Amino acid sequence: MKFNKKSPWILHYDGSSCNGCDIEVLACLTPLFDVERFGAINTGNPKHADILLITGSINEQNVSVVQQLYEQMPHPKAVVAVGACACTGGIFKECYNVLGGAQAAIPVDIFVAGCAARPEAIIDGVVKALDKLK
Amino acid sequence: MTWVLSVLQVLGILIFVPIIGGLLTGVDRIISARMQSRKGPPLLQPFYDVFKLLKKEATTVNHATGYFVTGSVLFNILTVVLFCMGVDLLLCIFAFTLGCVLFVLAGYSSHSPYSFVGSERELIQIMCYEPMILIMAFGYYRVVESFNVGDAFTQNAPAIVKLPLIFLGLVYVLTIKLRKSPFDLSMSHHGHQEIVKGITTELTGTSLALLEISHWFETVFALGLVYLFFVYSAPFSWAVAAAICLVVFFLEIIIDNGFARVKWKFALTSSWIVIIVTGGANLMYLSLF
Ligand code: SF4
Repeated sequence: MKFNKKSPWILHYDGSSCNGCDIEVLACLTPLFDVERFGAINTGNPKHADILLITGSINEQNVSVVQQLYEQMPHPKAVVAVGACACTGGIFKECYNVLGGAQAAIPVDIFVAGCAARPEAIIDGVVKALDKLK
Repeated sequence: MTWVLSVLQVLGILIFVPIIGGLLTGVDRIISARMQSRKGPPLLQPFYDVFKLLKKEATTVNHATGYFVTGSVLFNILTVVLFCMGVDLLLCIFAFTLGCVLFVLAGYSSHSPYSFVGSERELIQIMCYEPMILIMAFGYYRVVESFNVGDAFTQNAPAIVKLPLIFLGLVYVLTIKLRKSPFDLSMSHHGHQEIVKGITTELTGTSLALLEISHWFETVFALGLVYLFFVYSAPFSWAVAAAICLVVFFLEIIIDNGFARVKWKFALTSSWIVIIVTGGANLMYLSLF
């Protein structure tokens, strides 16, 4: 039995975003969607996390932060980019300090489309990311 | 042949106590979720978490941390084994305290400001509950006339009859030991962020898994103390005591969900007031009558 698929602990990082996707990520924890059904926990600590959930785009200032968070996570780990901003840079793409989506900083496993991404889609993305945890 | 029996007994304890502790934690998570009108994780979720953590990569900041965590877990296990074998209650309490101290050292050894704060808070928490546990041992001695855990089963009446106030005080400080809100200052077992995770901040993989298992043993020991108040020579009291343990555990879950985390000063002063009032009054009663 693959236990790491039954207990995904999630670290959420918010880059340059409008906070729309962040609110949807938090909505996943509410009674309506309740990701804890799948054993998921929203942890604030990269050392405990299995999945890094990134919302918002990467800019000159947060690129090193995201890279450090990623490096602090123990293997096996997966990265989910949530929303248009984290996938490509979204509406912030042309900004002077924006480097692009999450992929500008670290390797991304799953892209979740949407602006904002729906909670169902985010949960689906996390479940897909579980297959990447080897 | 007696030693074969003892070995089997210890093996039984080592197998069943973590199962009971894990199931209690699972039930705790489901009941907490239902109280928040969520569905909650599967019953076996704590076991999934631990098995996952065991398989994860272990990163260590300081190698000493691993030894401290392992030591802490071993002493917690020893506590429960001693307790279930029915030996001296004081011995259990001292082994238990040593486990707690090693846990604090684990936090200090990782050099992270977060675990430093966690360790400091854990020390305060030890200050909060330790006097009550010692008073309980003292009261137990006055009633049973022996420190042996096993002697509770030979009494004519349960200890609660003579130690009602000490029992109340103990339930108050058990909230601290079970790491429940409002007293989960140093290390919360919920999916919390940042400082409330305290000592565990730098721990990964195996260490974290061991700590989780250690908490299961702690939970069983804490409820074991409650159990001691209600057993006596009548066999039916064993079941009644077990049922009361579950009621107390449920009560702690309600408190956990109903109260916001307090500051350490309140935790310290309130628990000392409770200890002095309940423990003092009860011991005075015992010495007078
Ligand atoms: S994808 Fe849309 S909703 Fe999400 S952070 Fe970007 S702009 Fe906001």
